[in-house]
Amino acid sequence: MVDIRAGAGDMINPAEVEDVELYHPHSWWTKYVFSQDAKVIAIQYASTAIAIGVVAMVLSWLMRLQLGFPGSFSFIDPEHYYQFITMHGMIMVIYLLTALFLGGFGNYLIPLMVGARDMVFPYANMLSYWLYLLAVLVLVAGFFAPGGPTGAGWTLYPPQVLLSGTPGGRDWGIILMLSSLILFIVGFTMGGLNYVVTVLQGRTRGMTLMRMPLTVWGIFTATVMALLAFPALFVACVMLLFDRLLGTSFFMPAIVEMGEQLKPGGGSPILFQHLFWFFGHPEVYIVALPAFGIVSDLISTHARKNIFGYRMMVWAILIIGALSFVVWAHHMYVSGMNPNFGFFFATTTLIIAVPTAIKVYNWILTLWRGDIHLTLPMLFALAFIVTFVNGGLTGLFLGNVVVDVPLSDTMFVVAHFHMVMGVAPLLVIFGAIHHWYPKVTGRMLDETIGKIHFWVTFLGTYAIFFPMHYLGLVGVPRRYYELGETVFIPPSVHTLNEFITVAALIVGAAQVLFLFSLVWSLFRGRPAGGNPWRATTLEWQTPQTPPAHGNWGRDLPIVYRWPYDYSVPGAPEDFIPQNQPSLEPPMHGAVA
Amino acid sequence: MIAILVFMAVLAVIISWWAAQQRLTSKPWLETGHIGDLPPRQGSPVAAAKVGLGIFLAVVGALFALLISAYLTRMEGADWWAIPIPRLLWVNTAVLAGGSLALQRAKTEVRRGHIEATRLFLLMGLTAGVLFLGGQIVAWRQLVAAGYVVADNPSNSFFYMITGLHGLHILGGLAALGRTTSRAFSGVRRERLSLSVDLCAVYWHFMLAVWLVLFALLTGWANQFAGLCRALIT
Repeated sequence: MVDIRAGAGDMINPAEVEDVELYHPHSWWTKYVFSQDAKVIAIQYASTAIAIGVVAMVLSWLMRLQLGFPGSFSFIDPEHYYQFITMHGMIMVIYLLTALFLGGFGNYLIPLMVGARDMVFPYANMLSYWLYLLAVLVLVAGFFAPGGPTGAGWTLYPPQVLLSGTPGGRDWGIILMLSSLILFIVGFTMGGLNYVVTVLQGRTRGMTLMRMPLTVWGIFTATVMALLAFPALFVACVMLLFDRLLGTSFFMPAIVEMGEQLKPGGGSPILFQHLFWFFGHPEVYIVALPAFGIVSDLISTHARKNIFGYRMMVWAILIIGALSFVVWAHHMYVSGMNPNFGFFFATTTLIIAVPTAIKVYNWILTLWRGDIHLTLPMLFALAFIVTFVNGGLTGLFLGNVVVDVPLSDTMFVVAHFHMVMGVAPLLVIFGAIHHWYPKVTGRMLDETIGKIHFWVTFLGTYAIFFPMHYLGLVGVPRRYYELGETVFIPPSVHTLNEFITVAALIVGAAQVLFLFSLVWSLFRGRPAGGNPWRATTLEWQTPQTPPAHGNWGRDLPIVYRWPYDYSVPGAPEDFIPQNQPSLEPPMHGAVA
Repeated sequence: MIAILVFMAVLAVIISWWAAQQRLTSKPWLETGHIGDLPPRQGSPVAAAKVGLGIFLAVVGALFALLISAYLTRMEGADWWAIPIPRLLWVNTAVLAGGSLALQRAKTEVRRGHIEATRLFLLMGLTAGVLFLGGQIVAWRQLVAAGYVVADNPSNSFFYMITGLHGLHILGGLAALGRTTSRAFSGVRRERLSLSVDLCAVYWHFMLAVWLVLFALLTGWANQFAGLCRALIT
């Protein structure tokens, strides 16, 4: 179907009209606010995600202030501290990383990279964003509700999540959190269907699956996983909401609180853990796979070399996606499960290291003897590889039951997951923003500010998270409000905690600088032109920059080659765009 | 977590079957198109909306498979007494199946171009859907009147939650079916209407299948099957 407005079809090649469902905005409101254009929705998603991410960053500052200088800040009492932890974790994992990678980069890049005019269901796509915004607002409402937000930890484990000792457990906090998650999942499903079906059905002529950039492969696979994993969180949230509001006992066991037998009894807290981690582990890869894809494209483009082992990269993405659904219980080694299960889940967990390592080797082999330009996207990509390998290696420690059990409740775990799914994906996000900002705005991000931001962030995050491994090994527990005078904790721990806090404050300040650069470059940045990185993929070949509504002018692009034709011997330039055919006539008898 | 794992295994088979046809072993770096070529259209010839519905149904399937998993796990608790199933549910099941049949008939009628018959069967499907929802609410009220309230026992809680979530999905389907029916009366292009009716019919069949599984679970027939599965695993 096409828009029936007279003249609207003129802009579109009649041969392609049949498939294109393009909505044409009629007013300022439908163009910029209630827009059905994936590019506008992408910017809305990204801005909202970054805004709420800043809140989570400030929360981490407050936590660090308490840990570094316990007792110095009277407004951080234990209740607040737990609320900060909970909100920081939940916001960063779901409302920032998931929303930014899939809702932000997915919306912007999928239609452009596969040569579509827009997503296939633009109206559902718009609803997806508005539900996401509503979810964020409900989440933020927790801060202003009586009793404050929930302080149960981002995993929301029952029974403590609903008890009166936990902040928000008997107040509004937990209700708002669960409602917000349910809204997020409903909204995400609408967007996710768009991303998947656009990749399946919206590709332009010649864009076979094996000619898709790895960015699209990563986002596509992650979205499929998210669509199948989020229902587990949905079910867990609905059941927990029943327990909280209706007094059911899905998860709540028999409990005596303050000398009183609570009404529900017999529920299974372990059931919640299964449901939560059935979502929670795929979630790690929902964040990691888009990062893997994007970083592959950044490295190939900025090293002017084709990606090494493209097929293997695609297969690795698919294998990681599949395996990540059978490892969830490695988050539950300490729950007292059957040792045979522990053995099974440890094995599957360690097997994931194989496709992941293949990807790392391929990135390094792509760099090998490449024409490496140390642009900001490349710097961030390199930093990602280092950080991801670091975080991945400690994952091998924690994937083993016998090592995990003593380390599970220590800062070692905090260090591991912040390296592997906090810092590493964020570095990719920064690299990706530097890479695609010129396409989105038509201007380059400021180089000097970018370099300062890069070095402070890269070195600073190591200053923060590297010492935490040591803290964990000497036995410093995580989640504790303060350590007090504990026998096994040496004085060096306190000094280190102060050091980490100072580093965290500095790294946070550098992010403010980055945000400033985003706004400043919008007006003062160097004009970028259509293809500043001399890249091959379709989004750089649009007739206008920033791409206009409908992306492609009159004719859709036709794809003739894979996305990694860099430094092809004999070619006049060191890149050949995907929509450029081979100029030689086909050889006789040769197989195309 | 057996139910969801079985469901995921089935999905994995379907996805592998799909992936096997996508030439994932081709070597794209050797396959450059030449000037003057017009590469074929990409994607399957099936309408995007149908592909979208298929994927959405996989998501809905995962949701209910997870609920079933939770049900089977919680059932082992010592505080579990099965809730009695109101007789009315049999009638509701028949009504839902009737709606499914009506939509299937509407699908064939719209293909033949019989717009009057299409309208009739769409209206029948719509009525059946509304009756089913009404019947479910009456069944709830009967249970509440008999003293089986939601928080009394985990079996009760699951009954209300599962039937409620299924009902919400029927409600959403009714919204789509309502739109399709109004389209049938407003004289939209036949191919367009045909697609909408198709989508509604597929959704209805799927929700009927889900309901039959849930019904078997809630009445306790599925317990023996689940017990067998558990015995096989352990």
